[in-house]
Amino acid sequence: MSLSSSDHAHSTPDTAATPAGLGRRSFLGYVMAGSTLVVAADLNLARPARAAIPSGVQIPELYDLEDLQTDSALPTSQLITVTINRDGTASFALPRAEVGQGILTSTTMILAEELDLPMSKVKVTLAKARPELLLNQLTGGSNSTFSTYTPIRVAGALARQRLLEAAAILFGTTADRLTTTGGVISDGLGNNATYGDLASDAASQVVEAVEVLLRPPSDFKVIGKPKDRLDARDAVTGKKKFTTDLDVPGALPTMVCRAPEHQGTPKRLKNRARILKMDGVTHVAIVPTGVAVRARTFGQCIDAIRAMDVEWNPGTASGESDSTILAKLRGQEIPLVVPNVPILAETVETNVAFAFRSSAALEPYAAIADVRDDKATIWAGLKVPILAQQRVAEAVGLRQDQVEVNVITSGGSFGHKLFGDHAIEAATISKAMGKPVKLMWHRADEPRQGRLHPMATTRVRATVLNGQVLSFEQRHTSVTTDFSHGLGEMITSQADELDPLGLGGLGFAESIFTLTQELPYNFGVLTQLLNEPLEFEDQFSTGSMRNIYSPDVCTSAELTIDQIAKKVGKDPLEFRLEFLKNERVKTALRKVAKEGNWGRKMPKGTAQGIAIHKEYKGCTAVLVEIDCRPQTVNRDLGKETVTGPRVTKVVIAVDAGLVINPRGLEAQMQGGAMDGIAMTLTSSCHLRDGKFLEASWDNYFYTRQWNVPKDMEIHIIKSDSDTPGGAGEAAVGSTAAAVACAYVRATGEIPKYFPINHGQISFKPKSFIPPVPPSPTNGLKLTR
Amino acid sequence: MPKQTFILNGKPVTVNVNDDVRVLWVLRDLLGVTGPKYGCGINVCKACTSHINGKAFNPCAVRVGDLKPQDRLTTIEGLNETVGKDLHPMQKAWLDQDVSQCGYCQPGQIMAAVALVKKVRREGREIRDSDLDQIRNICRCGTYFRIREAIEQGARNMR
Repeated sequence: MSLSSSDHAHSTPDTAATPAGLGRRSFLGYVMAGSTLVVAADLNLARPARAAIPSGVQIPELYDLEDLQTDSALPTSQLITVTINRDGTASFALPRAEVGQGILTSTTMILAEELDLPMSKVKVTLAKARPELLLNQLTGGSNSTFSTYTPIRVAGALARQRLLEAAAILFGTTADRLTTTGGVISDGLGNNATYGDLASDAASQVVEAVEVLLRPPSDFKVIGKPKDRLDARDAVTGKKKFTTDLDVPGALPTMVCRAPEHQGTPKRLKNRARILKMDGVTHVAIVPTGVAVRARTFGQCIDAIRAMDVEWNPGTASGESDSTILAKLRGQEIPLVVPNVPILAETVETNVAFAFRSSAALEPYAAIADVRDDKATIWAGLKVPILAQQRVAEAVGLRQDQVEVNVITSGGSFGHKLFGDHAIEAATISKAMGKPVKLMWHRADEPRQGRLHPMATTRVRATVLNGQVLSFEQRHTSVTTDFSHGLGEMITSQADELDPLGLGGLGFAESIFTLTQELPYNFGVLTQLLNEPLEFEDQFSTGSMRNIYSPDVCTSAELTIDQIAKKVGKDPLEFRLEFLKNERVKTALRKVAKEGNWGRKMPKGTAQGIAIHKEYKGCTAVLVEIDCRPQTVNRDLGKETVTGPRVTKVVIAVDAGLVINPRGLEAQMQGGAMDGIAMTLTSSCHLRDGKFLEASWDNYFYTRQWNVPKDMEIHIIKSDSDTPGGAGEAAVGSTAAAVACAYVRATGEIPKYFPINHGQISFKPKSFIPPVPPSPTNGLKLTR
Repeated sequence: MPKQTFILNGKPVTVNVNDDVRVLWVLRDLLGVTGPKYGCGINVCKACTSHINGKAFNPCAVRVGDLKPQDRLTTIEGLNETVGKDLHPMQKAWLDQDVSQCGYCQPGQIMAAVALVKKVRREGREIRDSDLDQIRNICRCGTYFRIREAIEQGARNMR
């Protein structure tokens, strides 16, 4: 493992004007009224200077006009606050979700930097649902650090400034003669005071708006230095609490018996009395998504589900299979129209399909709900808690303000926890049973009924003449992606440089596609278009999966680029460097080529592959080596183990703009690479006759240790950008693409379907009735 | 209801529950020992990996009635006590390599790693790449590379 240059300090001129009329490091913050020092900053500081309400049809679902009028009257409605406590610590509730990406650690670093306080004295927690924040409480699109970086710094800097002013009065001097070190203010003459000592003196009785200067990046002592995760010790000692680990009084284990078909619904439970008599069972209730059972243990819920005799309604994809959906997608592809190019131009085409994939995390959907007549309380991992709050209120017939939503650290998300499916279902069950419930989905429920990355096709046609690319057209056709969580609005609202009207004529998903896809090559007439036919709307439970469209679009584009290079007789690296128009991307590409020894001689059946991706104000380049030799592909590691080609080496260069925590960024690159490998080689869901066949990790082949490259290098490029870019999704698309390109170079075959093993079903599907497999009993024979 | 007795993290425990409830639920739902996680319930994902009499096992696949009173169960919560320290060398290696992302699978990963090192030592050898390749524990965040580095470090310090 190597971690190259990670010095990102670049000072910016203070004088550059901003719309607010202040310098680029100078911002307005607020000192709030209180008995201890509470400072605040506007969460919209990171956004372009335009209305806080982005355009988009679904906003009223989140927040209606009446709410808006009420809350707009409050000058502090969009504020985040940092409190200096009398014990010298600072506390802050971050309106985002921690799902493993490390934002609690990076946020603590940012605050520690501006406060000049040790990280151990900065306490960052996850905020409950705050409806007044609108879309500013959404974790997605690799956007958290970008959107919160400046407001958090403003609050931190203002707190330090107020504490210095309070100390100056106490010491009878001026603030500029004082220094802060580790939470202690000194005048150099023997007078010292801690932040805790000064917290009351620095407090204000009224709300004051104050101008504050941020620390120049050249002074950074914490930001940009590698830090370990703050929750690491809790994670390795078993103390870290996830939703199902919480002890909420009366919230007994609860699971749901679900339909065999995707999104099927229950008609009736024929043996209710027998189920209620089963050991441990306390309640049974029919809810829209299935038959819920509450018991003393989850194991007894599983036994009850297996014993249920349920009559089911068909699902939403009854009779459909991969092949019928693919045929419908093919029928809806927007035609490729070769622009007017000289008659001698040659054509390069690729045409690939991408299977359904499950975005489920290792922690299955889980939520605790306690619904009473006049109040509901929810505990769950939620990336858009405001939406969950609103949908829960609707589901149980309460007002939104009667629903308290606690955001719990999640065991992974990958897009899955953008939706509040689990919270809404738990609340519905709690209301039906009149009891608190701790709902957990069975693993089998996840690929069969949970959120899926939609199946899609991508066609590319490029024309080439005299070594130049005259046109590059890409048509992506996808089963509808569900954007009802608000991420779409967030993305469209951030397109500050685009006139919203410029997107006129495009549908919502198509606008998002346009705003997120960028192919940074000089390829003449370049078009990338999406079509999500209306006929698939609501047919599948879908969503993003560690990125929205990019991994599929990037893979097919980069595969095509390799084919164009071949056609014009150029090396893939040389060709890309010639046609790339962005210097940051070229720098990353040169870095992986050098570090990965691009072009080295490889044995037959093995090859290198190289690819780039640019998104989220940053870019990645990836070089991989793949081994497709029979002795590797056919490794036998026991039953239901998909081995297949092995990626033996991954080298990533990332320019993620200003990096808060290089060690966390490196982790995101490593994890993203594993997702990219899974997407290209192994992980998919098979639809057969309205049912998804996969039911556990021995069917859904996310990467395992036998798929892990023995060699993995992450290089962080010193960036010219002084703002943080996205990290969580950045490596997925470029790794997926590089692996696909390497596979083609090793085997000479261009796959028609991804992942490449989707064509064969290498497992025996588990039963659909009952919908969950039996719990094994042979564990003591398998000790190791 | 039958009384189930076994030794958990060094202390005898007794629970009133039927024989066929799997040990995972006895630990998590009845005893409040939540380090072992549920990820599949069918001994595939290995998130619940714990130790029985010093060897790795998966409590999701064992009936509590099959435990004997003298069986010694160790979960992640009791791992450090087996070496009489604040942290087991494998946990320390996990911290040094900053392995965890979401952290959900990590208790099971660490318990599996410790048992693997002990197993190869019983065979009179050290960990090989091929041993690491056969670890079945899923990490959906994809921290596998750091897991391998941590196991190698942890093994060096398990003497």
